[in-house]
Amino acid sequence: MTILALDWGFIIEKLIMIAIIVFASLGIALYTTFGERKVAAILQDRPGPSRAGPFGLLQPLADGLKLIMKEEIIPNAANKWLFILGPGLAMTASLMSCAVIPWGSAVDVFGRHVELQIADVNIGILYVFAVVSMGVYGIMIGGWASNNKFSLMSALRAASQAISYELAMGLALIALLMTTGTLSLKTIVEQQVQGHWWNVVYQPLGFLIFFITAMAECNRTPFDLPEAENELNFGYHQEYSSMKLGFYLFAEYINMIMSSAIMACMYFGGYDLPFFNEASVAPNIAALIGVGTLLIKIVLFIFLFMWIRWTIPRFRYDQLMGLGWKTLIPLALFNMLLTGAVILAKL
Amino acid sequence: MQALTNKAQAVNRKPMTLLERLYLINIIKGMLITFSHMFKKQPTIRYPEQKREFSPVFRGLHVLNRDEEGRERCTACGLCAVACPAEAITMEAAERVEGEEQLYREEKYAAKYEINMLRCIFCGLCEDACPKDAIYLSETFAPANYTRKGFIYGKSDLLIPNPLTEASAFAEAKGVEA
Repeated sequence: MTILALDWGFIIEKLIMIAIIVFASLGIALYTTFGERKVAAILQDRPGPSRAGPFGLLQPLADGLKLIMKEEIIPNAANKWLFILGPGLAMTASLMSCAVIPWGSAVDVFGRHVELQIADVNIGILYVFAVVSMGVYGIMIGGWASNNKFSLMSALRAASQAISYELAMGLALIALLMTTGTLSLKTIVEQQVQGHWWNVVYQPLGFLIFFITAMAECNRTPFDLPEAENELNFGYHQEYSSMKLGFYLFAEYINMIMSSAIMACMYFGGYDLPFFNEASVAPNIAALIGVGTLLIKIVLFIFLFMWIRWTIPRFRYDQLMGLGWKTLIPLALFNMLLTGAVILAKL
Repeated sequence: MQALTNKAQAVNRKPMTLLERLYLINIIKGMLITFSHMFKKQPTIRYPEQKREFSPVFRGLHVLNRDEEGRERCTACGLCAVACPAEAITMEAAERVEGEEQLYREEKYAAKYEINMLRCIFCGLCEDACPKDAIYLSETFAPANYTRKGFIYGKSDLLIPNPLTEASAFAEAKGVEA
């Protein structure tokens, strides 16, 4: 007897996958903080954290424990609900974007054909855009609710930065979508697996613009104006303490992972391992190799983010706006026109 | 106005070209520089396990010396206290009584000998002033302490271990200085 006309196996399968992906993202984010410190240290001829555990590997756990044990402080003048909502929203938004990322092709477990993606929505990229745009609300609400002028300044900066750079990001993406003809991330990756080249070959300029804007969306140096330590006293998370601060910091790292994953999927073939014939091994093993490939691509992107962060200083505010509106948007438009012209010529 | 040197350079206020405004070339140059630093040797000394070698002329904590038979050399003459520019040294003299010959080298000795390490400037003038070779500066420094009182080092802190009864501790305290 069926209780409901529902495929319960499907729901359980998805729940398990959600749990795995959420916890894996959290775990990776935890160790990204460690990686960040190590990369920074190595680039600056230092050893980096090396005390907690072998090679300092327990350092992120110690940091997390420290953050949890700290006293929660809500300022008197702050708007209490929005103050709590801010970090929650930042965290939710950054975790939500992992729902449409295809982590691998598909595996067969217990006779079920399991797609390694939580939801293959046909507007995957639009969904990512919507969720990422929500992420800036976390910063805005947190900065505004703190009732601190530095936080407010930082919230304003975050909002204006997000608006300026999302535009260029969208334009860069349109050019890509013109070549792929689909919004579904899974289909885009499959096209690259089947095709000869990754999309970055067709869209080098588009990728560059997307990469720069993604960095700005993640509030990473050189675009970390919202949290500029030396001018805004840490900006929007100045009034935050304990795990609420931890959420903000975590959300930044999860954003970084997710944007790396999206860039890997859209421009670098996702789970496609080049020069490797997937049909030569069992499908399950091929899928796992695919997952590993995607993870390696993500790690490489994260390293690139960190490498840039520890190389160049922060943009000045007018430089940031100038770069966004006067350079990236015209370039993205040009790229779009060029792509359109090439597609027309090919027809 | 005539320039003092020929090193002055006019500030270049030319507007940036499109390539420069993209920042990309210079950013890649900078990234190559930071990348090359990944392969450089780290100068870090991992402190509690590794310690930096002091120079041979390093002047650290004071040690009150003993002679070969383990007797204190200090006769409480007070020359070190007089020589001390920071007035960090105080002492009280006492006369040796019968039966203490193996403890003190001469008839007079320092019953109390204190150096305030917060005052001391580790100049080494006490070492120079001492006619009995009784005080010298070792190659360790004063460790941190919780109270100011903790920095006033008495005889128990300063006296070198007895070479007859605690030979290994003596050798360690003596260090390279010997």
